[in-house]
Amino acid sequence: MSPRKRHRRASRRQANAPVFAALGDPTRLALVAKLSRGRPYSISQLTEGSRLTRQAITKHLRVLEGVGIVHSVRAGRESMYKFDPQPIEELKQYLDLVSKQWDDALNRLKAFVES
Amino acid sequence: MTNDRIEKRIELNAPVSRVWRALTDYREFGEWFRVKLDGPFVPGEVSRGHITYPGYEHLKWEAVVLKMEPERLFSFTWHPYAIDPNKDYSNETPTLVEFRLEKTATGTLLLLTESGFDKIPSDRRLEAFRMNDGGWTEQMKNIENHVAQKTSSQGV
Repeated sequence: MSPRKRHRRASRRQANAPVFAALGDPTRLALVAKLSRGRPYSISQLTEGSRLTRQAITKHLRVLEGVGIVHSVRAGRESMYKFDPQPIEELKQYLDLVSKQWDDALNRLKAFVES
Repeated sequence: MTNDRIEKRIELNAPVSRVWRALTDYREFGEWFRVKLDGPFVPGEVSRGHITYPGYEHLKWEAVVLKMEPERLFSFTWHPYAIDPNKDYSNETPTLVEFRLEKTATGTLLLLTESGFDKIPSDRRLEAFRMNDGGWTEQMKNIENHVAQKTSSQGV
């Protein structure tokens, strides 16, 4: 592995490690659901119609940003928040893989006990 | 699906006692799981062996047996996809695997859960993902639906 690649992987690990944990919070999941509609949102837009304060929303966005699910881009005086599906895709692919291994193993078990 | 666990249920046309033996006799377990174990499962003790799955024979198997409640519950913790033989995975939080058995009219209902994936470092998840060369291209077509289903009751 090249030093460059290693560096990329190391920073990636740091950025992605707690994706599951970040999604374990219902408010953050709901924020992700909203952001995943595709367009960027400002904090005001995300706070609108919510029971939560601007500060609370900001705090949750930071957590999502920390694991790479959300990126912020500056637009004039405001920050806009944008959804990045990649960490969640990776997470789901991993679970799909483990899940498929269990399907295979349980099918072998079935054949084994029914023979 | 929830984010940190896998759940399976499968109907087996065999008596509970037969399924229990297939799960907890280390030789029988090895037959279908494709692992050669050094010795019997004992609650509280480490189970060691190596994988016999073609192409992965160089890999060790290691799990800690937790519960063996006859014909009801068999559980262990392990490190799923500990696929790098040179790496020490022991400082990572393991996942919990539980097999639950229920008697049915035709045999046995087996419920499997593996939980605790939220503690696994993401680079490990990526390794496991890459190990599967079948390609997981674009399996995840609609993140929006996926997360929206779980959050429709949340008021953000």
